[in-house]
Amino acid sequence: MLSSLLRQIRKAPWSARLGFLIIAINLLAFAFAPQLAPFEETEIIGGVWEPGFWAADCSEEALSLRGPCWSQLNHSRVDGKAWLGTDHLGRDLLSRMLYGARNSISIALIITALSFFIGMTLGFLAATMHGWVDQLVSRTVDVMMAFPTLIFALIVLSVAGTSTPVLIIVIALLDSTRVFRLSRAVALDIEATEYVEVARLRGERLSWLMWREILPNTLPPLIAEFGLRFCFVFLFISALSFLGLGLQPPTADWGSMVKENAGAITFGVYTALVPAFAIAFVTIGVNMVADWFLRKAAGLRDEY
Amino acid sequence: MTRLLTMKNLVIEGFQKETWSQIVSGVDLHVDRGEVMGLIGESGAGKSTIGIASMGFCRPGCRIVNGSIQFGDTEMTMASDAVLRRIRGVRISYVAQSAAASFDPAHRLIRQHAEAPVRHGIMSHTEAELHARELYRRFDLPDPDTIGNRFPHQVSGGQLQRAMVAMAMACKPDLIVFDEPTTALDVTTQIEVLATIKEAIRDLNSAAIYITHDLAVVAQVADRIMVLRHGKVVEEGPSRALLASPKEDYTRALLSVRKGGGTKIPHRHEGEPLLDIEGVTAAYGGGPPVLQDVNLRLTRGKTVALVGESGSGKSSLARVITGLLPPARGSIAFDGAELPAKLGDRQKETLRRIQMIYQMPDVALNPRQKVHEILGRPVEFYFGTRGTEKRRRVAELLEQIELSDHYLTRFPSELSGGEKQRVCIARALATKPDLIICDEVTSALDQLVAKEILKLLQRLQNELGVSYLFITHDLATVKAIADEIVVMLQGKVVEHGTREEVLTPPHHEYTELLLASVPEMDPDWLDNLLKTRVGAKLREGPASERLSRIER
Amino acid sequence: MSKLSAYILKRIAFAFVTLFVISVLISLGVEFLPGDLAKSILGQQATAEALAAFRAELGLDQPLHVRYIEWLGGLMRWDLGRSLANDIPVADLIGARLSNTLFLAVVAAAIAVPLSVLLGLLAALFKETPFDKLVSMTTLTTISFPEFLVAYILIALLAVELPLFPSMANVTPAMDFWDRLHAIALPVSTLVLVVVAHIMRLTRAALINVLGRPYIEMAQLKGMTRAWIILYHALPNSLAPIINVIVINLAYLVVGVVVVEVVFVYPGLGQLLADSVSKRDLPVVQASGLIFAATYVLLNLGADVLSVLANPRLRHPK
Repeated sequence: MLSSLLRQIRKAPWSARLGFLIIAINLLAFAFAPQLAPFEETEIIGGVWEPGFWAADCSEEALSLRGPCWSQLNHSRVDGKAWLGTDHLGRDLLSRMLYGARNSISIALIITALSFFIGMTLGFLAATMHGWVDQLVSRTVDVMMAFPTLIFALIVLSVAGTSTPVLIIVIALLDSTRVFRLSRAVALDIEATEYVEVARLRGERLSWLMWREILPNTLPPLIAEFGLRFCFVFLFISALSFLGLGLQPPTADWGSMVKENAGAITFGVYTALVPAFAIAFVTIGVNMVADWFLRKAAGLRDEY
Repeated sequence: MTRLLTMKNLVIEGFQKETWSQIVSGVDLHVDRGEVMGLIGESGAGKSTIGIASMGFCRPGCRIVNGSIQFGDTEMTMASDAVLRRIRGVRISYVAQSAAASFDPAHRLIRQHAEAPVRHGIMSHTEAELHARELYRRFDLPDPDTIGNRFPHQVSGGQLQRAMVAMAMACKPDLIVFDEPTTALDVTTQIEVLATIKEAIRDLNSAAIYITHDLAVVAQVADRIMVLRHGKVVEEGPSRALLASPKEDYTRALLSVRKGGGTKIPHRHEGEPLLDIEGVTAAYGGGPPVLQDVNLRLTRGKTVALVGESGSGKSSLARVITGLLPPARGSIAFDGAELPAKLGDRQKETLRRIQMIYQMPDVALNPRQKVHEILGRPVEFYFGTRGTEKRRRVAELLEQIELSDHYLTRFPSELSGGEKQRVCIARALATKPDLIICDEVTSALDQLVAKEILKLLQRLQNELGVSYLFITHDLATVKAIADEIVVMLQGKVVEHGTREEVLTPPHHEYTELLLASVPEMDPDWLDNLLKTRVGAKLREGPASERLSRIER
Repeated sequence: MSKLSAYILKRIAFAFVTLFVISVLISLGVEFLPGDLAKSILGQQATAEALAAFRAELGLDQPLHVRYIEWLGGLMRWDLGRSLANDIPVADLIGARLSNTLFLAVVAAAIAVPLSVLLGLLAALFKETPFDKLVSMTTLTTISFPEFLVAYILIALLAVELPLFPSMANVTPAMDFWDRLHAIALPVSTLVLVVVAHIMRLTRAALINVLGRPYIEMAQLKGMTRAWIILYHALPNSLAPIINVIVINLAYLVVGVVVVEVVFVYPGLGQLLADSVSKRDLPVVQASGLIFAATYVLLNLGADVLSVLANPRLRHPK
């Protein structure tokens, strides 16, 4: 299983391999944040917005070019340990980035998984049962999708308050509408084939039709879609956190970290860009892998 | 006669399963001015690839690796895009298999007709449209002055195909490539298009390459015939000579398929009735009825052929019998007992006894299941057989369809078309059924493969005594396998009886048309047919539509 | 009645049903969610009188249908209630902001839509060339960027390092058109970048999908040039998906601007909505949410109708 994945990766184009690399790095951060981080998640270690490794050069010349060297001004315990500098409260940015990877990615994963569970189950049910079940779910989804996702989420959060469980359920429900649409469409395609009709005529039960006949043939597009939905959810959560409505402080979360440090940008302190770029990299990585997978799946389908 | 097109040692490769493999390997071909060259072969023969290569064109995923294609003074393999564009559509034009797919749905017919002459600067827009209407008139299209203003979806299949032939002649080309132009059509429609093509070639005195898998069709139009197999030339010669005395076994085999038939051993005595359909009327949703008052009786151990063209309701009848389309009125009795209309209300035992085999074996087998899973499931499902006993039964089934047990662990994608259809047959047999509904089971297969499948079905019937309801549009198949024949037209049964009764005159008018439309190997068949009363009727257009209008 | 008008009427009816459901959800949503709103806003220490007064203010003490009808009646008279946070009529709060948001969206759309369709056409025309690959990589990157990253990069480059444009897009009624344009240069650029990437990718995909059809091969065999084939054959047949993606992005320009408005402190409806959600200023959230949702529904209706009109089969029935 793993070796065949590695073989596939070796054959993949450079963009997909880059994607896998990015995902691997983030998985490492995800798994070993406490071991890798030099400081605690919420530990204050120095001054506000101290620069990182790029400010090691504090010579007269550098100072005249760049202005004051921050780590010289505040003799703190940073001592070059804070590679990425400190944030708006003087916490180590690198440590917060590592813990943030954990928090931001895991919540997006949970939401995507939940959304797929709901969307796929309903989509497959609608496609195999037809009739009123299909009508009921499809029309409900139509109405839900006629509603802008962000606005829906904002309204619910303003009434219910921002707590993590509410966040997870609301976004997963909203996102599952898209999963429903896709899995219903793909399943309908498969459901119309004669081999499903054969199984139906044989008298097979609904669960056999759904999970044995249809599911295996819908996997490639659905797996690719999982990647794309994850990207969407990840960006969505980041946006909510950025607006101050997502994960609440002091939890390290990339979106919130952008918001907290954004004020300094106009002064030329670009700390906020670090988590923002991290969000972009994860999304690019997953997008590239999903893109590659989708192409591969499309190519495979011609063979049948 | 002057040489128009010369291909020498043409090699074309296609990209499949991550490698390049040869589709055409070293073909030599030439066409003279005013001559019609017939290319014939089964799927994978490379005939279509050669056809469009004459225009210097390769489909995506193909490449010309060797050889030369000389058209007039131009070497097409070396010519620049600009030079090729001046030739394509102007001096060589193309008629595709499916006009419905090859006309752009977004533009009116006459616009598309005028596209090549106007864009190439040969005619003004008015001239091109004038010429188009003239061609429509010559090809007997209805309302020739206004039909061009219609969109493709507003015109019937046969008419659209004729409009495409007209479009190919828009620039008065030297050479026309016909790529299976009648394959997708009903038999009675095929005649009208064939007649148009023949007229077009004769009138303009242009040369043509005519590609088809049907020897009888190519015999009607071609001066010379080239038989292809696996990208190589099997043999080549003047039509009459080649048909009269083929040199190669493969050509002889192709010829015998058409001549074949009558292999059926007549059954001795009347048996007990297995299936009795009475007064069935059915419709999809709230739509118009697709079946009207249909009666059909099938005797145990026999084969009833259900014949009709597209839209005749023959497949809908199969869906009624299997319970997928509950009828609005009428009843079905199976082995003396009333069949519940809905699939969900039927007993498992009833489901077991009626099985189905489909037209497209590609989509009838789950691509994610291996052969032993496909065959093992019904055995386990109906008989609860597991383990060694199940394996033994699956092996026995494979033996019955004449496949070795190497196939057990293969996926459908690793089987050929004929092998897939055999697996489908085995899956039906796995339940030990009384009735198998065969829905166009040979139409998607190459002729020689189809013949083998028919033989297999026949042998299985003799051995196991299973009954077939054989749905088809192909009268040659009917002659080969049927005990009784039911002819359907627009949802109604127009004639039924034993094979001899239906196939010998007097016929119902529609049956007569159907029978007359089946092409014969005789090169003069089409010309002679068109001179007769029946031929004149076929020339007028879709027989089924016209006849059903009369009936109403 | 023709199939076409029947379909369009059905779509319009559906849009109205959706609007009705949305208005019910927005006005009565409080009821369906757990927790006591009054308590959670005023705090646990609030007196019973204060809680009752708060409920009366929001009409929470009345039965559901009365509440909905009163709310709807108010809506008709453009009476949207009073803001809890500022204690001024919501209508006053929203008026100017709505036109600001529309201004931003219209300017961005005017640049983005023609640009992205053109780029999509070019990418399809030069498929598999370095140009196409460059454009595809760039757009894949851009759609992966959160909007705030694009915005902050622009601020860092064009407002901080190279002070060409203001980082805060403040517009006032006193400003003339060109001053306004200068003020919103960066938010507009952000929106354009994001929207162009989306529309372009899908335009290219829609065209390339159509390029596999047999009638395209037919046109090639008629000796037509690639540019002609794309414009005359591929484009008319991919109009429906292109219209759809354009409209979805227009909807995004109106609805999804929340983040961009917050970054640039732009006095638009989106920023107001985000603010009000964190302050839990319910009447404002309800009103602006409804405006956003209605815009979205109407745009989607427009997309559906247009793409039906783009289909010759429905426009010219048999």
